[in-house]
Amino acid sequence: MINERYYPLLATLAVCALLYGYGIYEHRAFSDTYVLGNLLTDNAFLIVTAIGMTFVILSGGIDLSVGSMIAFVGVLMAELVGGFGLHPLAAVVIAMIVGTGFGGFMGYLINKFDIQPFIITLAGMFFLRGMCFVINLDSVPISHSFVSDFGSFRIPLPGRGWLSASALVMLAAVIVGIVIAHYTRFGRNVYAIGGDRQSAELLGIPVGRTTVQVYALSGLFSSLAGVVFAFYTASAYPLAAVGVELDAIAAVVIGGTLLTGGMGFVIGTFFGGIIMGVIQTLISFDGSLNSWWTKIMIGALLFGFIVLQRLITRSFSGLRAGAG
Amino acid sequence: MAAMTQSTSAILSVRGVGKVFPGVKALQNVDFDLVPGEIHALLGENGAGKSTLIKVITGVHPRDAGRVIFNGTDIHPQHPGEAQNMGISTVYQEVNLVPTLSVAENLMLERQNLKWGFINWKPTIAAARDALATLGLDIDVERPLGSYSVAIQQLVAIARAVALDARVLILDEPTASLDAEEIKSLFQIMRDLRGRGMGIIFVTHFLDQVYAVTDRITVLRNGQRVGTFVTADLARIDLIGHMLGRELAEVSSHRHHDERGFTGKGNQIQIKNLGRKRMLHPVSLELSGGEIVGLAGLLGSGRTELAELIFGAQKADSGLVFINGEPVMLRSPQHAIRSGFALCPEDRKQDGIVAELSVRENIILALQGRRGWLRPIPGAEQQKIADDMIRALGIATPDREKPVGQLSGGNQQKVILARWLVAKPLFLILDEPTRGIDVGAHADIIKLIKELCDEGLALLVASSELEEIVAFADRVVVMRDREKVSELVGAEITQSRIIEAIAR
Repeated sequence: MINERYYPLLATLAVCALLYGYGIYEHRAFSDTYVLGNLLTDNAFLIVTAIGMTFVILSGGIDLSVGSMIAFVGVLMAELVGGFGLHPLAAVVIAMIVGTGFGGFMGYLINKFDIQPFIITLAGMFFLRGMCFVINLDSVPISHSFVSDFGSFRIPLPGRGWLSASALVMLAAVIVGIVIAHYTRFGRNVYAIGGDRQSAELLGIPVGRTTVQVYALSGLFSSLAGVVFAFYTASAYPLAAVGVELDAIAAVVIGGTLLTGGMGFVIGTFFGGIIMGVIQTLISFDGSLNSWWTKIMIGALLFGFIVLQRLITRSFSGLRAGAG
Repeated sequence: MAAMTQSTSAILSVRGVGKVFPGVKALQNVDFDLVPGEIHALLGENGAGKSTLIKVITGVHPRDAGRVIFNGTDIHPQHPGEAQNMGISTVYQEVNLVPTLSVAENLMLERQNLKWGFINWKPTIAAARDALATLGLDIDVERPLGSYSVAIQQLVAIARAVALDARVLILDEPTASLDAEEIKSLFQIMRDLRGRGMGIIFVTHFLDQVYAVTDRITVLRNGQRVGTFVTADLARIDLIGHMLGRELAEVSSHRHHDERGFTGKGNQIQIKNLGRKRMLHPVSLELSGGEIVGLAGLLGSGRTELAELIFGAQKADSGLVFINGEPVMLRSPQHAIRSGFALCPEDRKQDGIVAELSVRENIILALQGRRGWLRPIPGAEQQKIADDMIRALGIATPDREKPVGQLSGGNQQKVILARWLVAKPLFLILDEPTRGIDVGAHADIIKLIKELCDEGLALLVASSELEEIVAFADRVVVMRDREKVSELVGAEITQSRIIEAIAR
């Protein structure tokens, strides 16, 4: 018998295979690695963000600040490279330290004052978006030879496709996420806290410290996503990535992670992000459909996955109502 | 296994421990000793202080006085995790593990086998399997804990305690959700652990289980230690006497109210074969206006269940209730209230008061409910009703608009009484009316109960305080094992007769 923890992940894989298979069946060009390479590149920043979000949701929380973080990191890097003349890599290091620190700060507030993560990260979302405009009001290019090298780097795939630097960073982030989630005590403690916070405390898990670390980790991943996004577009814009926090949450849920926490897989989030990309690609291939159909499809999938999760958790005895 | 009694050899000693909650002395000067290799029952009625004592030992509550000595040194655990690290593990009735994690992970959290800082799963899972094997449990440890029965979850919790090298294991009502077979295997495991020198504290309210598995018994009552006894030397009837508060020898309390001359007029309430599967064997009972019927029995005997069935808070699957010969439908508390029934529940924090609402709002709640929500009571009238009641019952509150949650336990209880008094019920059920109340309020409430009856109200009072029941009841119904076992009238009502009925 298959372990029931894998049911949502299997559903995610099935949906992904079905959609991809449908694409190949309908459009011959869909099977080309060109489509795959583009999927990985175009959704890289979303998937990187969603990995951090996976940890937050696994712990039973939510992080609404990630979209603003992406824009803020871009604007900050543009200023550091263009205004202060730093090398882009130095700017990356600074931006990611700032992002991780800000995430940790939100985690500290959530833990110390026992406030809903929703409220704190909502405040973080407004704060970071506002800070973008303090630094810069307009869209500015990030022009540096390193950035253009990053953009033109590619590893050819069989067929017409290639793997971009963005895609490689994203794949590395997925692997790092899997290792953290499944092979570290921190990762397992995140699952335990999301599964039943009260019990986790009684089991001697450092709940407070882990909570701070979870939001710091989300800050780290979303600032990395900001770096990828800035390099990918070679520009910075204060209004970039509006609503990406919701896309990231959708990717996590479609990836099979329980919205109440405690169950899910980082690899599921990867496929969740890919599914959203595939839907978008299918609609652009079709040509006759409005792009809003992407949202409708994703909404329908979310309904399906949330009901599926409910059915699985309901079969559990002893799962406290409203845990997490 | 002979139980040692020397406190010097104790693994865990509690000395003079006290704990005060607002309005209640939960523990007073309690001593307790646990020696290695014994199973020690901790007994007492609801509110006797069992769970408070355990929470003080494990660091859930800080203690206000006294010492807890573990393994020869004073300990001050700040939370259960700390007590657990010292070697005191607790398994609760409600399993405190993570249902979404696998069995293996629940056993190995924070203790996983590491290799270069990363979890090495193979030896970790093998260690989990070994831990369960010591309890004779062979299950797939990689499936989520929540997919197993509560019994298995509880065994996993015990396995975790054992694997953590616990010297003291506290089992808090572990058998409440287990069936007979599961209880047998749990007892076998407890005996094995005792054989390995572990000290086990066993909290339960099933006396059969106490005699089946324990070596010594400590009885608590009203936050104080009644005594510690060797199980084999303590007759069941004496044990019940200790729990309910009277040595049989001194029990011959006189009756104060024979002269009241109950006439049997007023409303007649008939309860016929009221019951519900797995909850209460059918009970029949008659009450008349002006009469006080006491409901006696140990915790878990069916007292509260009967009260809830009459009130419609739980749905009965057999039986009927008649008022003056007319059958009444008791499908919900609303129906019961409309029919003139009222219930003062045992756990007033959870079921009775609305802590955030003011004294006035709490008092008019039932009256408003009876009138229907579409006909609000005018503000001036509300204020008058509330002020009258505050004066009549002597509720200690600066004004009628103070949130009830800020009053002491006794005053909260008076507010609930006031609520039912203004609704003028014809049948009032009081479940443990004096629980957690200081002595002064206690007397007030008993006086009030008597006055209520003189006004023609029929009263059913469930209480574990025999003294109290004997003092005011015209008749006493004795419950045991979810069944009515005896009904005592008039001169038969003595504490010894009640205890005999319970113990028989």
